[in-house]
Amino acid sequence: MDTTRFELTAAPHIKGPDSTPRIMWSVVASLAPVVLAAVWYFGPSALLVIAAATLGCVLTERLFGPGGTLRDGSAAITGLLLGLTLPAGLPLWMAFVGGVFAIGFGKLLFGGLGQNIFNPALLGRAFLQAAFPEDLTTWPDVSGPWAALRGDNFALPLMGADPVATVTGATPLGLMKFEGVDTEWVRLLIGSTGGSLGETAAIVILLGGAYLALKKYLDWRIPVSIFVTVGVLAQVIHWVDPTKPDAVFMLLSGGLMLGAVYMATDMVTSPTTPRGAWVYGFGIGALVVLIRLWGGLPEGVMYSILLMNALVPFINRATQPRLFGTGKEAMV
Amino acid sequence: MLNLFGVTFRHGVHPPDSKGLTDHLPIRRMPFPKRIALPLRQHAGKPAKCLVKKGDRVERGDKIAEADGYVSVPIHASAAGTVAEIGWWPHPDGSMTETVIVDVEPHSPQIPRPRLVPDWHGLTPDQVRQEVQNGGVVGLGGAAFPTHVKLNPPKDLPIEWLLVNGAECEPYLTTDHRVMVEYPERVHFGIRIMMQCLGVKRAVIGVENNKPDAIAALERTRPTDLDVTVQGLQVKYPQGAEKMLIQVVTGREVPSGKLPMHVGAVVQNVGSIATIAEIFETGLPLIERVVTVTGPGVRKPSNLIVPVGAMLGDVLDFCGGLTDDAAEIVFGGPMMGSSQPDLRTPITKGVSGVTVLTAAEVKPKKTYPCIKCGHCLDACPVFLNPSALGLLAQAGRYQEMQDAYHLSDCMLCGSCSYVCPSNIPLSQMFALSKSGLRKQQASEAAKEKAKEGQAA
Repeated sequence: MDTTRFELTAAPHIKGPDSTPRIMWSVVASLAPVVLAAVWYFGPSALLVIAAATLGCVLTERLFGPGGTLRDGSAAITGLLLGLTLPAGLPLWMAFVGGVFAIGFGKLLFGGLGQNIFNPALLGRAFLQAAFPEDLTTWPDVSGPWAALRGDNFALPLMGADPVATVTGATPLGLMKFEGVDTEWVRLLIGSTGGSLGETAAIVILLGGAYLALKKYLDWRIPVSIFVTVGVLAQVIHWVDPTKPDAVFMLLSGGLMLGAVYMATDMVTSPTTPRGAWVYGFGIGALVVLIRLWGGLPEGVMYSILLMNALVPFINRATQPRLFGTGKEAMV
Repeated sequence: MLNLFGVTFRHGVHPPDSKGLTDHLPIRRMPFPKRIALPLRQHAGKPAKCLVKKGDRVERGDKIAEADGYVSVPIHASAAGTVAEIGWWPHPDGSMTETVIVDVEPHSPQIPRPRLVPDWHGLTPDQVRQEVQNGGVVGLGGAAFPTHVKLNPPKDLPIEWLLVNGAECEPYLTTDHRVMVEYPERVHFGIRIMMQCLGVKRAVIGVENNKPDAIAALERTRPTDLDVTVQGLQVKYPQGAEKMLIQVVTGREVPSGKLPMHVGAVVQNVGSIATIAEIFETGLPLIERVVTVTGPGVRKPSNLIVPVGAMLGDVLDFCGGLTDDAAEIVFGGPMMGSSQPDLRTPITKGVSGVTVLTAAEVKPKKTYPCIKCGHCLDACPVFLNPSALGLLAQAGRYQEMQDAYHLSDCMLCGSCSYVCPSNIPLSQMFALSKSGLRKQQASEAAKEKAKEGQAA
């Protein structure tokens, strides 16, 4: 019998069903409803901005990344997530540049998939925020005709957007911080408020997150610990000083949902250890409350996550699992 | 930890058990092949010393090699015939090893020489151990550790429990399953002898809940005068690992770097226990064993009694041969077994099964970078951090793997590799790291010695 056809591999010889592309594309699939919600509220502009950001990411990965990595789906996730953090009226070239930066500097410069320290989508957004602060904080209103563009999406690069084209509104966090106006929590939950594309529909994001958590494609400890930290801290502060927003408002407004469910849980940039996930989530939650209530910015989710990203190697180190047969469980 | 599916340990993985191919098939006896190959090294410890030479005539059951020291066992001829040659032959571990090849006598009735059956009643523990060693008994679960050594714990460590391992958590294999279903009395008889030898009062047989017929058979034949219980276990890999079984049954974790006896337990595989019983029933040493030949790549999956030393090709032929899409032949189960390139390789004492996988089951080759998903941390039954260990292994930082991440506690169960979505061969890397670390330490020690020599 010819034996050369037999495989010679090391144990184990069988493999579970999960694969990295399958995880990544599942995340992409779970983002589809979030994108749809954005289109529902912001019309074609939403689709254009998200597409431009995604194109920037995918092209950069294709041109400068190791070959064949588009198929693993991770560049697509970065693009979608970046697009969802942007306002609907953003000029498309800016969204594209943000995508190029996110993949080029946020991921490939570190060595590609699995090597980056910071969440690439958030790094891309931080870059855009620093480069084009005005455009990034021009929030279109959700009212108005659905099919109309929500800003000067087609502005030429470096020419500046036409401010007249935008019917602007303020985000609930901005209203709260600078004008002291509260927003109904039902509107926050279904997302009919001003804000970034994916910041608005809390309920859709939660459903997507629940799906991923059930599939074990995200660590449920991270969003749960963020929500608990933000909720408890905000409520305690609200009791002490009623001018500060309460827990429900803090949880449902701004980028907290998208950040906690999709950004903070990025596998590459979050802790691998279960106890580390709790520490990391607590850190993000505490920083969010700190920045939102006492910082100069209305929103702090992005910087909170990026800051905690930087601490992940140390958190991992400090929260190694208890080895079997050590500690009080072991009989010596 | 009680739950819906029965008691279990923390973490672990759930590969499909795939036992339906053979779990209902009675054990059949495989006819004697034309040739058998008996490696002198079929057990952990020192290889046996050969007692025969080319041309010698051997009867079935004759000792052809004797134990070389305490951690060693003799080898017996599993068929009557003539020694054709003694030389290098492929071994299940992938190496070539010194092997006695016997041409089996074609028309022999294969009746062993008449022998004395030892009476277990009056035997002291030392005499029982001697009989077990003389019988060439090793752990039949896979590690092939000499059984008489396990029966001799140090005097200062009191043994409270005899744990009988019938978990059989490896997918596909139904060897222990069929032994428990078809020979439950023999299992109980072996337990009786072991309990007497160890002086323990309590024995627990652990069986995964996917073998209700085995549990029922063992319950039905349970002796009334001994404290023997049958414990159903949740179906989860690696439930049959010693440390996991001990933790589930006794609630004690074997301390890191220590042995089962340090928590008062001796664990023995049901197959080995049945073999001990056979020695005291028939006087025959370990010359045949039950082997599951299974997998989608085999035409006629079977549970067989195979003479030790039968070659892989003969066993497969008896099972109808391979299917056209057979892609990988594994000795043992797919989680911890070893793939075999050579059909002349013999079934040794430690081979519990032959699993033939087709291309559909063989794992994919493409790997991705580690995405730090942490699934391996949730799988590792001894709570290691395979993700961090894997990165260090790639960098060759073996000492750090040991000092900061407890490399030596890894038992190479393969759970981390099984769940890794990036298909990183973690357990293979850890096996290599373990030997790499030993080499590094040896060369360090040699350097130290050289320095001292210079100083003096």
